[in-house]
Amino acid sequence: MRKALFYVPLAAFLALSLFLLSGLFSDPRDHGSALIEKPLPAFQLPDLQQPARIVTAADLKGEVTLLNVWGLWCPTCNAELGFLTELRQQGVRIVGLYYVQPVDAAFGDTFDIDKLRVDVQDKLAEQGDPYLFNIVDEKRSLIFDLGVTGAPETFLIDRNGVIRHHHVGDINPQNWPKIQQLYQNLLQGGTDAP
Amino acid sequence: MRLNCWMLLTALALPATATEDLVQFESAEQQQLYRQLTAELRCPKCQNQNIADSNAVVAVDMRNKTLELVRQGQTHDEVIDFMKQRYGDFVHYQPPFQLSTIWLWLLPILAVLSLAFTVFRRSKSSQTAEAPATESTELDAELQAMIDAASAKSKE
Repeated sequence: MRKALFYVPLAAFLALSLFLLSGLFSDPRDHGSALIEKPLPAFQLPDLQQPARIVTAADLKGEVTLLNVWGLWCPTCNAELGFLTELRQQGVRIVGLYYVQPVDAAFGDTFDIDKLRVDVQDKLAEQGDPYLFNIVDEKRSLIFDLGVTGAPETFLIDRNGVIRHHHVGDINPQNWPKIQQLYQNLLQGGTDAP
Repeated sequence: MRLNCWMLLTALALPATATEDLVQFESAEQQQLYRQLTAELRCPKCQNQNIADSNAVVAVDMRNKTLELVRQGQTHDEVIDFMKQRYGDFVHYQPPFQLSTIWLWLLPILAVLSLAFTVFRRSKSSQTAEAPATESTELDAELQAMIDAASAKSKE
């Protein structure tokens, strides 16, 4: 009993060291998402290419979709475009959710969707266009309801419009296999869904 | 000269009053609630800052939403729930009491209990350690007897 007690501080120290060591390899941005296994929040937002067309959550149903939050102002998003375009060529359905940064009215800035459309077209022509279409979230309402902290972030949505995975940061050849696994599982399962 | 001083003073005072009037509340309670909420809610982007401190886009959006909900007359818990539904438990500095977080409460209690147990055992074992002292007096007496016997022998 006395000998066993002698090892208690050592064991406690080792346990604490292992706990702190594991912290070195964890991603502080990865703090879970509150929306996993929940349906996509309701929204009504314009399509960037044809602002008269209003996109709703129902438009994303029916097929497994990656909803990619991005913006021209975000360098990582622009770096990601090339790889996402490759994924589109492989048949992955990707819809863009354009993250509009707040405009500072005090400096006379205004949001101009027509200018944005031209800028986005230029960028996508240059870097590759992975998107089926782009949803413009001027007031960041859907972005807020999705719990987006920044860009790029990507949501994996199943056929029923339920969020299955929330990826923070860019998608690249290193981390794609893990997301691809989930994507393939969704493709194979639930084909009977509407 | 005096007039110049007054003009300078009023010019200095102007920007101060301007910044204080940015957010207006209907009541002191709402202002208090807004201050409390923005201090308790954690910015999910620039971690270890609350949303009152941070100027990240998401923190500004969360502040505006908090203000909107407070003005609608929502309570403290309703606003916290609203944020948690979107940004998860992470967004509130007070962690929820559940199975995965139970160690936050259990560990300190266990540590105090084990320390108390150790101290208790120590004090008990030190009490028992004093017991051999009586044995040693017996030994002393025996030794004394032997010395006496030996000295009596040498005298003979």
